[in-house]
Amino acid sequence: MRTPPALTAVRFVGALLVAVVIAFPLYWMVVVALSSRSDLLGGTLRLWPERLTLDNVRNVLDSFPVLTWFGNSVAIALTTAVITVTFNLLAGYAFAHLRFRGSTPLFLLMLGTLTLPLQVIMVALFRLVTSLGLYGSYWAVILPTAASAFGVFLSRQFLLAIPRDLIEAARIDGAGHRQVFTRIVLPMSKPLIAVLFFMSLLASWNDFAWPLIALKDNSLFTLPIGLLYLQSQNGPDYGGTMAFALINVAPMVIVFLVFQRFFVQGFARSGLR
Amino acid sequence: MSRPTASRQRRAEAATAYAFLAPNVLVLALFVLLPLGWAVGLSFQRTDGFGAGRWIGFGNYLRLVGDPLFWRSTLNTVAFTVIVTPLSMALGLGAALLLNAALPARPVFRSVLIMPMAVSGVATALIGLLVFDQNNGILNGLLGAVGLPRIDWQSGGAAAFASVVLITLWWRVGFNMLIYLAGLQGLDPGLQEAALLDGAGWWQRLWYLTVPLLGPASFFLLIINVIYSFSVFDIVFVLTGGGPQNATSVLVTYAYDTAFVSRDQGYGAALGVVLLIISLVFTAVQWRTSRNRDQTG
Repeated sequence: MRTPPALTAVRFVGALLVAVVIAFPLYWMVVVALSSRSDLLGGTLRLWPERLTLDNVRNVLDSFPVLTWFGNSVAIALTTAVITVTFNLLAGYAFAHLRFRGSTPLFLLMLGTLTLPLQVIMVALFRLVTSLGLYGSYWAVILPTAASAFGVFLSRQFLLAIPRDLIEAARIDGAGHRQVFTRIVLPMSKPLIAVLFFMSLLASWNDFAWPLIALKDNSLFTLPIGLLYLQSQNGPDYGGTMAFALINVAPMVIVFLVFQRFFVQGFARSGLR
Repeated sequence: MSRPTASRQRRAEAATAYAFLAPNVLVLALFVLLPLGWAVGLSFQRTDGFGAGRWIGFGNYLRLVGDPLFWRSTLNTVAFTVIVTPLSMALGLGAALLLNAALPARPVFRSVLIMPMAVSGVATALIGLLVFDQNNGILNGLLGAVGLPRIDWQSGGAAAFASVVLITLWWRVGFNMLIYLAGLQGLDPGLQEAALLDGAGWWQRLWYLTVPLLGPASFFLLIINVIYSFSVFDIVFVLTGGGPQNATSVLVTYAYDTAFVSRDQGYGAALGVVLLIISLVFTAVQWRTSRNRDQTG
């Protein structure tokens, strides 16, 4: 279909408007984070500010253990992602290529937990991690999110695409299931591993409701919990809050944009039933 | 290929399968299924989280029936779901149609539209607070500058609710767009050509051809958006805390406040069971429909 240039121009303007509405709040976060207190309080802030400063960032770093929280977030997100990828790949392979009794009911049971809101189990989960002696630790945050049903589902869908003949051939050549998994399945699953890793990293980095319950010590906070804490201490000081929000948001937005195709694949695949 | 070997092989295969599944299944059983049963048990108790609880039968559930804040939160949750689900799907479809057409700088636009997906809920809510601040927020500033009345985004109940909806849409439209884009890219362009040759207009082609063909994507998004809306926590908790005067209180924030602020954990668990029932109904609908789709398709 040929498109008349006028139509393309209308579309372009439309897309531009949408993009401005979406991008503006993030732009405004950056502007407020980098503006001086006098500009913020004096009402002299412009849409396109003339001077920027790192004062807010410096203040926040001086008055709150932001670097510790950053480190906590990195440690928790990476650990969760590694565990999740490992568990999901193993389970996904079993569901995709191994025959065993109870395969279907087990798979359906897992899918059933997909739509379960945390708030259904939060009280009991809180008691569980407390009685396991995990309350307030990294593991209290990591373990309950490590067995992602979505990841198992995604792995199974991906791994079904590996031809059964290939696996059978390796089996006939005398390879055990473990060898098939490490020598054939894993090397073929690099895109899947990337998708699982980044999806899990994103979810863990931004997780809020459960860490809010599971963590108690200031020194173990993740960035989102620290952000809420800082806001409650800082009151209406938007400069400081936005400086910290920027520290929370920027790394993941950059990772997201750089590795966009893996995130997009993950989200888009989630739509295939 | 004698029979004993085959059966031994099958047993070995099953053993491998169970070993591969064990880590995931154990974690799921310990941290999801066990708490699920435990939560149901707690919902029949009166307990503050310290020491043993007291069994009170259906006491918590009877209390729910007469609790105005429970009904207010339920009403808000339903209203939020009914407003956010169709709006985020319609906006997502609109954006997907726009970005699926010939357009300069298309990848840049797509990147911008999905960017909010990478922003944490807490940061989203705080950025929302910054933009919607009724005293010195930029939105009221812009409204004032063009001669429109300033809006009481924090002190007005309806306005606060609207701000939660708008910020949620900002956060969620990118996901809806991605799913629709994937759906659109799977469509046969020949059908559009044929409809065009038959003289169908833009609106006709959209309504009678594209939208029905996107049925599976729409169904998936309907389920996901409903489930998401029923469990909206981060935005409400940080942006309004359920206020003003409970105008934005939803079931999940009410359950959290009950269990972890008032420490009325049995009652909080009962609120969780209500959420469980809602999510089970939607899961059942989803399974039924996707099974029917498998059979017909």
